[in-house]
Amino acid sequence: MEFITDYVMFWQDEYQSIMTYTSEHLLISFVVIVLSILVTVPLAVYMTKMKNDKIKSLIFNIANIFQTIPTIALLAIMIPLLGIGFAPAVTALFLYALLPLLRNTYTGIKSIDPSIVEAAKGMGFTTMGRLFKIELPAALPYVMSGIRVTTVYIISWTTLAALIGAGGLGDLILAGIGYNDQYMIFTGTLLAIVIALLLDLAFGKLEKKYTNA
Amino acid sequence: MIELKGINKIYDDGFQALKDIDLTFEEGKINVLIGPSGCGKTTTMKLLNRLTDYTDGDILIDDQNMKQINPFELRRQMGYVIQNIGLFPHMSIFDNVATVPKLLKWNKHKIRERVDELLNMVNLDPETYRNRYPAELSGGQQQRIGVIRALAAEPSTILMDEPFSALDPISREQLQDELTKLQQEINKTIIFVTHDMDEAIKIADQIILMKDGEIVQKGAPQEILANPANEFVTEFIGEDRLENVLPSIQDMIQSDYPSISLNTTVEQSIQLLSRYQISDIPVVDENGAFNGIVNLFDLLNNKRTDLKTFIHDTLPTITENMDSHRLMQIFHEHKSTVYPIQTKEGNLAGVVERKQLVHLLHQFYMNKSGDSEWSS
Repeated sequence: MEFITDYVMFWQDEYQSIMTYTSEHLLISFVVIVLSILVTVPLAVYMTKMKNDKIKSLIFNIANIFQTIPTIALLAIMIPLLGIGFAPAVTALFLYALLPLLRNTYTGIKSIDPSIVEAAKGMGFTTMGRLFKIELPAALPYVMSGIRVTTVYIISWTTLAALIGAGGLGDLILAGIGYNDQYMIFTGTLLAIVIALLLDLAFGKLEKKYTNA
Repeated sequence: MIELKGINKIYDDGFQALKDIDLTFEEGKINVLIGPSGCGKTTTMKLLNRLTDYTDGDILIDDQNMKQINPFELRRQMGYVIQNIGLFPHMSIFDNVATVPKLLKWNKHKIRERVDELLNMVNLDPETYRNRYPAELSGGQQQRIGVIRALAAEPSTILMDEPFSALDPISREQLQDELTKLQQEINKTIIFVTHDMDEAIKIADQIILMKDGEIVQKGAPQEILANPANEFVTEFIGEDRLENVLPSIQDMIQSDYPSISLNTTVEQSIQLLSRYQISDIPVVDENGAFNGIVNLFDLLNNKRTDLKTFIHDTLPTITENMDSHRLMQIFHEHKSTVYPIQTKEGNLAGVVERKQLVHLLHQFYMNKSGDSEWSS
């Protein structure tokens, strides 16, 4: 009982800063997700139309390599290149998000039944019309699941961004470690989980709304 | 009208898929391209909506060179039905059917009416099916949607690439029946690719049989069955089918059989019938239109009456290009010594005599049983 009242007290005292950390966290994640979608989706679409298999596998390999670098190491590498703070954190996380998004969008479009593409061609869609009216909407379930998975990862990885001074819930956890304050660690972790779950839920709803088969 | 003139198609690897094809698709008819796989039938069809390009030659659509038509415009003017149906999974049935009208920017009201009309045409209730998604439909229903989607913008030509071959046998039969029935209403130029000879015989007005990029034989199904051009055709059709072929009505018709005109007197008619030693004679009016048959014994019983009162027309109308099997059916159901055959315009083309039919059937079954003795 005492634990709960203490914890409520903690929230009352730290409410302001908890909210700051949360909003920092959301901002970093949001920028990373939007940026990676903007880059990978068109790239993946372009790659599905690309005839040259070598370039394709090169792109995938590069994305793969970023994925294999340990998160902490990648963040550390950013310091000599971009210094500390928001920009290097976003850059590092963006590189992480590339692969899952690229893979999913690419396989999504590739997995469209070729007969659907043929029907669309035969019915007189222009190349662009076909892409926006048929191929992308038909690949949407794949693209969305890529976005969902990546979002959950990014929310969790953003906690590490605190290591290079970008703030976010990671700050709360690090401070908790420093002060040996269980409440701080617990709160940071809890909020990161809640945000990830809520976003996943929201994307799930969105996916259901726009995909029907 | 679609004409192919000296079409060659050579792929980059040097494979020649089509060799000097000259072909005219009959307008308003079902043209079936058939042949073993790799014969070039699908390639020929895909030339028409430019999903494949030809190496040289000319394709004329209503006397206009096809290359002068924008390919996207061209495709929107041609219906296209494919083997794997290819409905768009993320779109409702309504949106699927409305695809080409939307591309052509029809107004919403017109599109709505057209979609309902088409759904009714294939017996799918618009209220029930309009808002469903393709995954909620059976294979047969999906391909019905595939067919009406191709009809939506009222194209004059419809390309069908083995549209029913992925369906179960029952749905396939149903859709073939529906297509032939539908075609009687819509009269489109249909170019239909298949490898199934039964299907071709059932639905085709013209069969174009291909092999190794060349046309081996073309003609009406009965024509091809009656006179296979060479061994390959015989083999492709299959012995079974050839054995079951009756000669066409055109081959059985007796065009020199006597007839009398409406204003012949009863007396004259009796004389004529006795002279030819026949009991029944067809009657035609001054324009040659068939009016019915008179029977010698009827005339003999009532000498004084007007000839017109003796004319009876109880037989179903038989036309020149009717299937011989239908004639056999009539032959069994209606007893008569002569079966008058009419042209499309209703004129008398000649008759088929009962005794001749009996003789023919006798020969036909003799041949068949002879063959089966050989094979067993």
